[in-house]
Amino acid sequence: MPGKLKAKIVAGRHLPVMDRASDLTDAFVEVKFGNTTFKTDVFPKSLNPQWNSEWFKFEVDDEDLQDEPLQITVLDHDTYSANDAIGKVYIDIDPLLCTEAASIISGWFPIYDTIHGIRGEINVLVKVELFNDLNRFRQSSCGVKFFCTTSIPRGYRAAMVHGFVEELVVNEDPEYQWIDRIRTPRASNEARQRLISLMSGELQRKIGLKVLEMGGNAVVGYLQCFDLEGESGLVVRAIGTACTLEKQSSGSLVNTHTHPNTAPASNACNSPSKDGKEPVFGEDLPSSSGPPTPFRNLPTSSSSPPPFSPFKPCSRQSSSSDTDLSLTPKTGMGSGGSAGKEAGPLKTLLRQQTQTALEQRGASSSGLLLNAREFPFFTLTSFPPGFLVHVGGVVSARSVKLLDRIHNPDEPETRDAWWEEIRQEIKSHAKALGCHAVVGYSENTSICEEVCILSASGTAAILNPRYMREGCLDIGSTDQRFDDPSPPSCGFCHIPYDELNMPFPAQLTYCYNCRRQKVPDVLFTTIDLPAEAAVTGKGCLIQARLCRLKKKAQGEVNATAISNLLPFMEYELHTQLMNKLKLRSMNALFGLHIQISVGENMLLGLASATGVYLTALPAPGGIQIAGKTSGDLNNEQHIQAIQKRINDTIAKNKELYQINPPELTEEGVGSPIPEPRHRSRLFRSHSESSDEVSELDLSHGKKDAFVLEIDDTDAVEDIHSLLIDASPPTGFYTCNTETMPGIYNWTTAVQMFTSVRVLRLSNANLSNQSLNKIFTDLCENLLKSFYFKLRSNIPCCLCHLNFTVAVPEEELIQVSVTAVAMTFDKDQTQERFITKGGIETEEQLQFPLELCADSSSTNAQPSSKFSGVPENTIVSPRAASVDYGSFADRCSTWLELLRLKAHTIRRGSVKTSRRTQSLAHSVSSLEHCSPLTEGRPRSLRSSRSFGGSSVTMVKMTPLSFLPGTRIIKYLGIINMFFIRETTSLREEGGVSGFLHSFIAEVFAMVRAHVAALGGNAVVSYSMKDCVLMENPNKNQAQCLINVSGDAVICVRETDQEPMTSMTNIGQTCAADGAT
Amino acid sequence: MAVELDVFVGNTTIMDEEVYQLWLDGYTVNDAVKVRMAGGMLDECEANQDVLLSDTMDQYRTFQMCERLLQSPAKLANQLLFQIPPHRQTMLIERYYAFDDVFVREVLGKKLSKGTKKDLDDIGAKTGVTLKSCRRQFDNFKRVFKVVEELKGPLVENIRQHFLLSDKLARDYAAIVFFANNRFETGKKKLQYLTFQDFAFCAGQLINNWTVGAVDNTVEDMDVDLDKEFLQELKELKILITDKDLLDQHKSLVCTALRGKTKAFAEMEANFKNLSRGLVNIATKLTNTKDVRDFFIDLVEKFIEPCRSDRWTSADIKLYLTHYTNSAHILDSFKHQAVWDRYMGVIKSCIYKMYHD
Repeated sequence: MPGKLKAKIVAGRHLPVMDRASDLTDAFVEVKFGNTTFKTDVFPKSLNPQWNSEWFKFEVDDEDLQDEPLQITVLDHDTYSANDAIGKVYIDIDPLLCTEAASIISGWFPIYDTIHGIRGEINVLVKVELFNDLNRFRQSSCGVKFFCTTSIPRGYRAAMVHGFVEELVVNEDPEYQWIDRIRTPRASNEARQRLISLMSGELQRKIGLKVLEMGGNAVVGYLQCFDLEGESGLVVRAIGTACTLEKQSSGSLVNTHTHPNTAPASNACNSPSKDGKEPVFGEDLPSSSGPPTPFRNLPTSSSSPPPFSPFKPCSRQSSSSDTDLSLTPKTGMGSGGSAGKEAGPLKTLLRQQTQTALEQRGASSSGLLLNAREFPFFTLTSFPPGFLVHVGGVVSARSVKLLDRIHNPDEPETRDAWWEEIRQEIKSHAKALGCHAVVGYSENTSICEEVCILSASGTAAILNPRYMREGCLDIGSTDQRFDDPSPPSCGFCHIPYDELNMPFPAQLTYCYNCRRQKVPDVLFTTIDLPAEAAVTGKGCLIQARLCRLKKKAQGEVNATAISNLLPFMEYELHTQLMNKLKLRSMNALFGLHIQISVGENMLLGLASATGVYLTALPAPGGIQIAGKTSGDLNNEQHIQAIQKRINDTIAKNKELYQINPPELTEEGVGSPIPEPRHRSRLFRSHSESSDEVSELDLSHGKKDAFVLEIDDTDAVEDIHSLLIDASPPTGFYTCNTETMPGIYNWTTAVQMFTSVRVLRLSNANLSNQSLNKIFTDLCENLLKSFYFKLRSNIPCCLCHLNFTVAVPEEELIQVSVTAVAMTFDKDQTQERFITKGGIETEEQLQFPLELCADSSSTNAQPSSKFSGVPENTIVSPRAASVDYGSFADRCSTWLELLRLKAHTIRRGSVKTSRRTQSLAHSVSSLEHCSPLTEGRPRSLRSSRSFGGSSVTMVKMTPLSFLPGTRIIKYLGIINMFFIRETTSLREEGGVSGFLHSFIAEVFAMVRAHVAALGGNAVVSYSMKDCVLMENPNKNQAQCLINVSGDAVICVRETDQEPMTSMTNIGQTCAADGAT
Repeated sequence: MAVELDVFVGNTTIMDEEVYQLWLDGYTVNDAVKVRMAGGMLDECEANQDVLLSDTMDQYRTFQMCERLLQSPAKLANQLLFQIPPHRQTMLIERYYAFDDVFVREVLGKKLSKGTKKDLDDIGAKTGVTLKSCRRQFDNFKRVFKVVEELKGPLVENIRQHFLLSDKLARDYAAIVFFANNRFETGKKKLQYLTFQDFAFCAGQLINNWTVGAVDNTVEDMDVDLDKEFLQELKELKILITDKDLLDQHKSLVCTALRGKTKAFAEMEANFKNLSRGLVNIATKLTNTKDVRDFFIDLVEKFIEPCRSDRWTSADIKLYLTHYTNSAHILDSFKHQAVWDRYMGVIKSCIYKMYHD
């Protein structure tokens, strides 16, 4: 009996009226975990019931604790008929299973109904007591920490990176079971929500087991996805990077799960003085002996058993599949499109893989280790300094599959094999680029009817093996690549592959930074811009958008048609990206994400990335327009006009993004595209004067010959669409990576948002061209809307702009965007806080004033906090959470304590009593006496400070950090799945009204869960799915949303206590108010 | 090709104050877009009409979803659906409960009933306030009225705490509730020159001095109903005009004090008996509900109009009323000093406020 789960139902508020006659509700609550259910008493005739129940205790296996959610159902008691459900709350108790995360869940949760949305709130307390588990063959993996963040979480250091972990579970979709015909939509939705919650719990547990077996204690970059395959079932799959993480707090190391040997080594490994040491790092690496590198030997001591099957030389795989690289447009084609039914060379491979997978499964679970060995993939997108040695380029693979029913949910081999195949392809691509690892790795799917496109992409790279578990990467003879001491600012740009045996035609030059190694002319990657990279100017979001019509078809014909189209789409997307990159005078893409979405009669492709000018790479040449026939004078003029426009745009962009590399300042910015001859001469002379390298320009004279040929009207259209992209208005920057190069002085104001737009194509006979235009306009207009909405945040940067496209129905295009607007200070960071207007200053003052009462106690706490004393950890974040109102609200029984505290604080006391009062009145108006009522003074001259707000502000961001703050604690992963359905679409304001309130509700539920864990922010937030189905004729709509992120407590950089987000938001909105 | 769906949701709810005002004022989305365009919004951030339309629609939806919460403002502070910083909440509430003086002037003193609500389109047409806005304002009055009706304690404080309004706005609502409850006549032609603020001031005076709450703050409706005992006691003041000696004595005391201090002395002396009779008669009749309703009419007819026709200045009025009140204390045979002060205190300040030069 390894765990005891305890839950207490405290109170409800704002309940809906369930009894029309009395305009009141007789509410009670069912608390269910596994198969055990408890009930509270009925609290008659109240919309604000106070149940104050006993502690309901569930004695359960920790395996169940990981899989199952706690299910709380609020019902209206009915004497004569069946009790009506008001709504439900699912609480994921996983965060409580980890000693370092949250220790209690306590707070107000929105009561959610899949038909009516949020219907009031309920106050719940949940605790878990875990007993020591001595069972060696356990199935649970309690204690493994999960992070959505795709970098080493702040406050931790990676003692060891173990490698890739993946798992998938399949099940029948309740929506498509026969029983669905006779049950209510509500029951069906709830069954689905519950099933998915169970499945993700199971998935997480299984991944945790793998991590434990690898000797790790955490999963970083955890990415979980759902594939709603309709009739054929429901797949939940996840990938991540197993790591051994250590807290970075001084002295006290928490390594419960670390192998004893790794702890001291990792200390040495990750020397705190990160800056400036990198070159030295590289130098002493290859020598496996000697005092500077004792840790080289270390991984051998890791507890992992010897691998089951001998490690296969990967060259074999790379030869068995065609190696296509999506690096340059010249070679971009064909890297997708191995249709399931016809992939010739892959077939053998496929069989092989499934066999081994089966063998492993049957033999022993330790065979799982093999996976990590076989796939040196990392879901991380940014790395500790020195980790990333070289970057090869983007590798991607796509495959089209026909879905058929999953016959046995316990044997998910088919889906496993599919992914196995794709991963092998990725791996071989990486090999061909001379790389032993793939970083920034991600997988996704697009499903339409029975056709499914599986995609995987990442960035081929060479990593520093010192951080890896041995065997995780096969380094072999390539070791000499670590010899060169490349400076961190450009080292990653240096080519990892052999110059004489290049995998694709590319123009190499000596690095413009160190002049010692070769670099390519452009670099595409899926990772974030490394912090140490040398960048000229600022970056911007670059998108390639593409629509391709296809004939409606069924089954294999359809799959073949799609897989035939894919290579062309990829090629065109790459051409677009390349052109747009050149147009902005940049030479590298980061965070590249290509999504291809399939619909019944079209394919949509959207590639997003952040373009930058890497100082180490050569300056991009311009774009030259060439006509096919030179005879026509008219045509000639036309071409000249276009050429001029392009040149002007390039010049304008250079100025806009402040791209003034040293070379260009020398020659004067006047002519963006000089004559090829002139230019090459210029480069030579420059290089001669500045460096000893003589054969600098081997081929880059050709670089200027980036020619766009206009041979038909299509090409003209393409060029027009190239020029259509508007640059963001003054004061705005955009990127889809974590941060923007060149901007450092962020303020604490962040505004996360989600926007969804659906377009109905009315005209059935659209051409590819006009469709492209429509799609491009849709994306551009969305961006325009964001600029307008967020104009009060200027100067600001829209970071992590994540576009997702879908074709929910024939004739519909859906684009969903989640991003965060981050305000920065143009020059001075401090001034802003001083020169605030009256109200804001007051509010900001509030926060330090109130804290000082507490500071004596909280200041003393950090040391004890990390040592894991549970009592301390409960109290400290809460007590310091500034807003005493919320404190009172969380747990009204603490009110006494609170009053004691409050009277020592001038402002605080006013607020507290005011809060008491409004609580009291809501109770008294119902004629129910509460102990709080007595505290109500007759004529309270309350200041209008309004601090009585009882809701903790919770910030959300898709980034892994909040500017100006420090994350002091990760409370656990948030992974929530909601379904909302309506049969009164018109009454809810149409489909926009329906989705608007649903998204707001999802935000509210995420915030409530985070606040209940004691947190004040969500980082690495993402909305992974937003599936909308509508039928306006029937007045119906249904939507599914899946969100995830990491719940955290963060404090202002300078403080020990959790910050008030109030201040910051106040700032944003005050600015808003000024408009 | 049509936009089927278009939403934008921020973690912190984004609300533009300008659009909020347009929504409160009852503009349709299209009209609001026109107003915004005319206001130069197109120049900002390279916006175009589509962008404005999309933004306005989003905001309108947000406001509609918020409206339910705004109707019981205490909920806004502890609801979870919208993350709105506290000072923004204050703004939202304050603006939602704000009203147009021209509109409230029309319904002041009327019963807040369905019947009145039916007349709102006429009032809207007359005042130039949109029907939608009229309805919101009327419903706000009604809601506040209904809630405070059943509460004990001071009226202004109750309103402020239940609706989280500013002191000023809470006082205005107290006035509206007070007028609606006592059904004071304000619509007569003679009263048209008075603004809502004039009446609100008078209501404040009455609430603070003449209601039950002025002496006892524990009873229900204490600030809404006038103090019956006090009204009874007012009858005793009749002696000031019925007893001839007393009247003459009073007059001579006042005239002695006023002599040489004002140009209007002659008129004051001549009118003294008439004016005194007027004021005392108002006092003695207040036991009848009908006469309570006519209180303001009576003040105007019996006092303000005669003075105005004699061209008294505000200063004259002040001087006269001060001495008129104080002289009564010197009258030996006049025993009702306390009641007299309680009565005249209010009358004095009401007349000052209502006397426009």
